[in-house]
Amino acid sequence: MSDSLLSVEHLSTCFDGPRGRAMAVDGISFDIRKGETFALLGESGCGKSVTSLSLMRLVPEPAGRILSGRVLLGGQDLMLLPERAMRKIRGRRIAMIFQEPMTSLNPVLTIGDQIAEGVRIHLDLRGAAARRKVLELLDAVGIPDPEQRIDEYPHQLSGGMKQRVMIAIALSGEPELLIADEPTTALDVTIQAQVLALLRDLQARTGMAILLITHDLGVVAEMADRVGVMYAGQLVEIADREPFFAQPAHPYSRKLFESLPNIEKRDTALATIPGSVPSLTKAFSGCRFADRCAFAWTHCREVVPDWTDVGDGQRARCHLLELRFAARERAEPILPAGTHQSAALHRGRLLEVNDLKVHFPIQRGLFQRTVGHVYAVDGVDLKLDRGRTLALVGESGCGKTTIGKAILQLIRPTAGEVLFEGDDLTRLHGETLRRRRDAFQIIFQDPFSSMNPRMRVHEIIEEGMVALNIERDVQRRLERVRQLLSQVGLPEDAGDRYPHEFSGGQRQRICIARALAVSPRLLVCDEPTSALDISVQAQILNLLKDLQGDMGLSYLFITHNLSVVAYLADEVAVMYLGRIVERGTTREVLHEARHPYTRALLSAIPEIDGAGEEARAVIRLQGDLPSPSAPPVGCHFHTRCPEAMPRCKEAYPGVSRFSVSHEARCFLYEQGRDDDNEG
Amino acid sequence: MMLPVILWTDQLVFVLVAIVTLLAFYARNRPHLRAPWRAVLERPMGAVTLLVLGVYVAIALLDSLHFRLPVKPAPDAPNQETHYSVDVQSVLDLVLTPIRAHDEKTYSAPFATRLFVQESTVDADGNERRVYPRLQYGGAHLDDESARWSDIGRRTGEGMLYAGAIWVVAVLLLLLVLARRWARGPGEIFSDMSSGRLRHPWRSVLVTLFLLLAVIAMLAELAPYYHVFGTDKVGQDVLFQALKSIRTALLIGTLTTLIMLPFAILMGIMAGYLRGIVDDLIQYLYTTLNSIPGVLLIASAILLLQVYIDGHPEMFDTDAARADLRLLFLCMILGVTNWTGLCRLLRGETLKLSSLSYVEAAVAFGVRPARIMLRHLLPNVMHIVLISVVLDFSGLVLAEAVLSYVGVGVDPNMYSWGNMINSARLEMAREPMVWWSLAAAFVLMFALVLAANLFSDVVRDVFDPRRGKG
Repeated sequence: MSDSLLSVEHLSTCFDGPRGRAMAVDGISFDIRKGETFALLGESGCGKSVTSLSLMRLVPEPAGRILSGRVLLGGQDLMLLPERAMRKIRGRRIAMIFQEPMTSLNPVLTIGDQIAEGVRIHLDLRGAAARRKVLELLDAVGIPDPEQRIDEYPHQLSGGMKQRVMIAIALSGEPELLIADEPTTALDVTIQAQVLALLRDLQARTGMAILLITHDLGVVAEMADRVGVMYAGQLVEIADREPFFAQPAHPYSRKLFESLPNIEKRDTALATIPGSVPSLTKAFSGCRFADRCAFAWTHCREVVPDWTDVGDGQRARCHLLELRFAARERAEPILPAGTHQSAALHRGRLLEVNDLKVHFPIQRGLFQRTVGHVYAVDGVDLKLDRGRTLALVGESGCGKTTIGKAILQLIRPTAGEVLFEGDDLTRLHGETLRRRRDAFQIIFQDPFSSMNPRMRVHEIIEEGMVALNIERDVQRRLERVRQLLSQVGLPEDAGDRYPHEFSGGQRQRICIARALAVSPRLLVCDEPTSALDISVQAQILNLLKDLQGDMGLSYLFITHNLSVVAYLADEVAVMYLGRIVERGTTREVLHEARHPYTRALLSAIPEIDGAGEEARAVIRLQGDLPSPSAPPVGCHFHTRCPEAMPRCKEAYPGVSRFSVSHEARCFLYEQGRDDDNEG
Repeated sequence: MMLPVILWTDQLVFVLVAIVTLLAFYARNRPHLRAPWRAVLERPMGAVTLLVLGVYVAIALLDSLHFRLPVKPAPDAPNQETHYSVDVQSVLDLVLTPIRAHDEKTYSAPFATRLFVQESTVDADGNERRVYPRLQYGGAHLDDESARWSDIGRRTGEGMLYAGAIWVVAVLLLLLVLARRWARGPGEIFSDMSSGRLRHPWRSVLVTLFLLLAVIAMLAELAPYYHVFGTDKVGQDVLFQALKSIRTALLIGTLTTLIMLPFAILMGIMAGYLRGIVDDLIQYLYTTLNSIPGVLLIASAILLLQVYIDGHPEMFDTDAARADLRLLFLCMILGVTNWTGLCRLLRGETLKLSSLSYVEAAVAFGVRPARIMLRHLLPNVMHIVLISVVLDFSGLVLAEAVLSYVGVGVDPNMYSWGNMINSARLEMAREPMVWWSLAAAFVLMFALVLAANLFSDVVRDVFDPRRGKG
């Protein structure tokens, strides 16, 4: 293979910890050709990032060590180079960008200085020449007016801009290979679309190869030429993009696809992979996926599978394929997919939010004078019926989490009313409010910080019952805890353990059990699956759907993930900068979106059908979310709207109705125009 | 019969011991509390320093059991009521009787047999001569002074022998106990122990134990016959003074913390969690307190107290009680000036924790604020409390020395390293120099503070959640 740029052969990296040696990367081999994008796909903890660090020889020593293997960059084995020579490779021939643009930049240096550092080291340019080169790079990564931005500090830039600066730094050495470690995971969908487009564009111009590390099938579909699927420290499948998306060969890859939620799967349970990624400290005797695989038989547990060629350059490590058994046949979902029907028994309005406002004062100076407000939530109306799910969708910083907390009175609203079963919660105080708290509960985004690490699981679950005096008898309470644990699919003895002994998905189950302990009618789910892996996300979504069917719960589902919305929600409200711009039933909003923002949001989601960029018209939004402390005059969205009209800058648009449930706030559909269209 | 005396500080010492014992029992059944302490013991530095600190604590505890001995009634006394001596003694005084009672006239150097200063004597011929007279106790058992060094050598050797014997017996006992508990052969355990294959650093602990035993045994052999650290101006044994000072130092280091902790924890957590006006008030309070020069505050408070004590002699039946009240007051005033730092730290940490979702979840369950602070915030800031207590300890021991040196520390009659340094400082200018008082205070204080600092390093390493997963 003469056009191979980087060739990795039997690379193994281990970490020595208190629980023994963890083989984070266990003998993986792959090639990256010049100018192609190779995506390394896998769930958290499967060794993707360690692989990239090993390539750069940046594994943190002495805890981690590269045990064996060769990494050939243009025929030169990087593992044999002395450290001095390696420094000339890093940044110059292989550059890297990281997941967290917020922490990857030094806050006390201007971005110009930080990019110039790379320019000076790699290209030996100084002074005016270096500055020219920096401006060129800033321009190349699409930062508007670089002349001014070059002297700004990282905190003056938004997340998307920072990631662009990181890319500019990576490009300063004109590398042959760019390692992008989850480059868009921390960014919003619309910003992600911008960054991915930028990377593709740069690749087309410079011809560099990209090693893209990600857990997101959508990003892979959009970017990759070839895909490597990693599981528990090993590559289990390597394929070109088209065959991979048309027909994933390894059972694990198939399961990843099946566990993705979307609107077609609404009425069925999602396929899940039971359990979670195994600990890498244990010795594997057979196939690493055998314990979670629906197809596994004894042979799988005893013999390590070897690579099998499926054709089209697609290879996988699975005994199933060796037998040529059903290799070309799309597997039917093995788990009987039980149909769900939400309990439509007791309908009726549960929650009604009218003109809710939450403004945070900005205080400055010696006497804490209020100099302005952050308009986090600015006049929001919501309605939620019993047993239904309302999804609140929007980018980070649009105020959706604040709404959730304001409804629960965790943040007291500035104005407006929250009618819960007819009572205005904003008017309740002290003890009266406290007594109502059993009726509405919340599940948080981060399952790691939402439980007190010093309390045992049963104490955590009991807490609400004790505080609200729901069950005074200790024995009966423990009985109820056991019942709740089994209801959310955890072993009954889990109660005596501490939260840190559980995985992310299990912790989220505990949080759900804790919320259910007080038998609430309303559950506010604040991005409950965004910190979880795809296969675990499917488990949690199934659980939430089951619980709704069994208990008639209502969910206010706060999320930025539209495919989850499509799977779970009955109604959707789209939020932009503290206001709701469009609402309707899930089908109406997802298929007949009217507001330009909703349409942009929908088009920015990478499609996994393999169609890629060409098939769909991506509406690319310019710039970032404006600050909620100074929202733009007129329609908040006009600064980024591709269809903005002069009048959008003057006034905030009124409501335009399209059906009983579907409405949007946009001048495109003002009454007059609507009539014209109909006439 | 002797009359037990319980001084104010003794009561607090007992309270402290009770608290520590209770906490130890509480932590036994809670893995998240037990695990870090076990990790402390698994580090050689942690185990060794804990052993050294243990010796200091044992001496201080012995010195906290006070009593008064009955005075022998005069034969012609009218009634049979027993009177008690005004001299309050402790168990440590009893143990140290051989050194305590051996007072010379004035200065003598370590291991000396003669006084440090010349005296005029009249010899047999009636000539007046200035000589260095023999000491009353130091080396008094020697007929030939030139045999002094061989005598010291012999006694040192004997001390080492005793220490070795005790050590061997202790190791054998330990091996037998462990062998029973683990159901393995003692020989096997010993070979594992000496090659460091066990979880706990037995090798380092046993070596340290031997060294400590050797020092103690040698002192026990030598001290009754010589003044190991010499004598001071009034002829008192300096080793005795230095040992008695241990209690003072440990009390200052621990009681001060005991007094300041409730303030710091309560105010820190309240300020951080309740915010608003409470936060403002507490912040103003500690900012104001922090701006008053600490030494000035301590000096004025101590002087005020001294005036009070002098004005009410009837309240104190012994000198020890007066000195004790002053010590307690010093602890309090140090506590009052010291709580602000910890309070500030706790406020910051609480602010951070309050925004975590488990606190919000508790609010959503209608858990009352007091319970949130007790159940959710306090346990999660305890590591900071612990780290800062251990770090503060050595600072306070040193502060006592400095304050007593300046003259606003403990009662001048109380044994303390600061007082020893204070009284020795004038003699530093003497020719030849009287260095031993200073040296003794320095050696003991250095060993204590070094052990405490190394121990606090280990504690911080283990408890700080930022260093690895706790």
